Amino acid sequence: MKALTQKRRHPFAFVALLLLGLLLTGGLYAAATTVNEAQASNLPEGYSTEQVEEGERLFTANCATCHGMGADGTENGPSLVGAGAASVEFQVGTGRMPMQMHGPQAQEKPPQFNDEQTSQLAAYVASLGSGPAVPAEEYLDTDQGDASRGGELFRINCAMCHNAAAAGGALTEGKFAPSLDGVEPVHIYTAMSTGPQNMPVYNDANIPPEDKRDIIAFLKNDHFQSSPGGFSLGSLGPVSEGLLIWTLGLALLIGSMVWLTSRSS
Amino acid sequence: MAEQGNGESGAAVTGGEGGSESSAVDNPGLPPHRPRLADVDEKAAKRNERQVSVLFLISIIGTILSFIGYFVVGQTEGNLGDLRLQNTLLGVGTALAMLGIGLGVVHWAKTLMPDHEIVEDRKPLRTEEDRAEAEQIVTEVIDETQIKRRPLLRNTLIAAALIAPLPAVVMFRDLDRSDDFGPERMRHTLWDEGVRLVRDPTGTPIRASDLTIGSAMHVIPENLPEISSHGERIAEKAKAVVLLMRMNPDDFEHTSPGRENWTHEGIIAASKVCTHVGCPVALYERHTHHLLCPCHQSTFDAAREFKVIFGPAGRPLPQLPITVDAEGFLVARSDFTEPVGPTYWERGEA
Repeated sequence: MKALTQKRRHPFAFVALLLLGLLLTGGLYAAATTVNEAQASNLPEGYSTEQVEEGERLFTANCATCHGMGADGTENGPSLVGAGAASVEFQVGTGRMPMQMHGPQAQEKPPQFNDEQTSQLAAYVASLGSGPAVPAEEYLDTDQGDASRGGELFRINCAMCHNAAAAGGALTEGKFAPSLDGVEPVHIYTAMSTGPQNMPVYNDANIPPEDKRDIIAFLKNDHFQSSPGGFSLGSLGPVSEGLLIWTLGLALLIGSMVWLTSRSS
Repeated sequence: MAEQGNGESGAAVTGGEGGSESSAVDNPGLPPHRPRLADVDEKAAKRNERQVSVLFLISIIGTILSFIGYFVVGQTEGNLGDLRLQNTLLGVGTALAMLGIGLGVVHWAKTLMPDHEIVEDRKPLRTEEDRAEAEQIVTEVIDETQIKRRPLLRNTLIAAALIAPLPAVVMFRDLDRSDDFGPERMRHTLWDEGVRLVRDPTGTPIRASDLTIGSAMHVIPENLPEISSHGERIAEKAKAVVLLMRMNPDDFEHTSPGRENWTHEGIIAASKVCTHVGCPVALYERHTHHLLCPCHQSTFDAAREFKVIFGPAGRPLPQLPITVDAEGFLVARSDFTEPVGPTYWERGEA
């Protein structure tokens, strides 16, 4: 101790301390970057470390109540490990998540996060485990899709729930398949690849990306979207058509019978 | 015939006239005639005349509109806006053309044509003399044909009339295709041991790894596209369509003895033909494992061998026993073990 106190005033003490300080900070920095690099190896393709970090912050603030810290699931929400960026793009991008209240199924509403925040959340969820990714732009380009082939695939795979005119339909116990009118191509795509809520999963082995593009091209086709036959009445089939004819049609018939038999004044 | 006028013609029938004492209610007669506005006011009659002719004019305009719709609009191919306008013009035009005439004629009759109440008496019945006359005509005709004197004519006519309908009977009998489409054919589908499950419509075989948990795939037998006749192919497809689902194997709640190897690592296959009236059941909810029929809301539980849990269906959906072949593709173990689709008389039990 005495020796140290004496050497404190040694002319080289300053140099030695400086050397020690540099070594320490440098070593710590090196150690820190190694940890960072270890994390970076888990980085999902197409996302930056900043996005993952920002996404985690957003997740902890907005989603962790139900999905748990670390997104490993609680009683109120499923684990998101392996859910993939596509799930986030669909659920958050269409406003279904965060859920406003519990019900038979999460419903579409104005999105709570902007595109940037959505992709940060997607980056975080994708970093938890591999899952379906957000599709490349070329698979959302309806000009490249074959609408007629897409129509055949739609009628086989989708029409039973979403209705032959894509107007949606009822399922069991308050659940329903939503109308596909006005849904963004990326959300149609990610719904197929992830199977949100009770929708079955149509992964790339079942419906390859090119076929998904054909289906989107069909849904966005003018011929399919317009209704040259006149009023479509929501394209719901016999329910809306029957209601109209039983109320308006019969009222007209009864009205004209009353008029026919009444005396002129 | 008694007529009640409005003062200009005929005498008014007074209520209760001729009412006998035996009837409990006196004949009230006709209500008093009330003249219409057009009967007393020439201005009102003129107005009604104009209204009727406007209705007829509307009809003319409607006819012109439908001609415009047919010949002028919608001539450019692929222009859907044009097509829609054409349909609208055709529909609205024809409706106006018909309605204008109809409404105009009724309005005319109601306001301008005479509206005197009339009592028309029942016509007298025919007398006995008329009846005797008719009888005599029939007897004369029979005599003139000489059918009683010449029995050969009568007998050959009867024979000819009796056998003439027989060709129709034979032809209608041959419409019976029960040998081709009868109950025996309902009992079997194209599925058999080793028949691969392929995607509808591409016909590509399926590996177990192609389905992730929650996947659903619409499946046909691989030998279906080989059928060249379109009608036959559709008839066979209608019986053989299958929905393939992959669940978490832990979610299966009940497996009957003998069915333990009917699934493959959580992959389960069922006939898509509803056992109620044969609608395609393919509305699959992957979390509840419910299959819903869109026609009458019959609900089947995939976790309990497609047991009916709601709706009018009487039996579970037939399950297709599946496994994988040496190359790793999904194949059927056998045909369905029971007839698919709705119940029919010859179906038998279970």
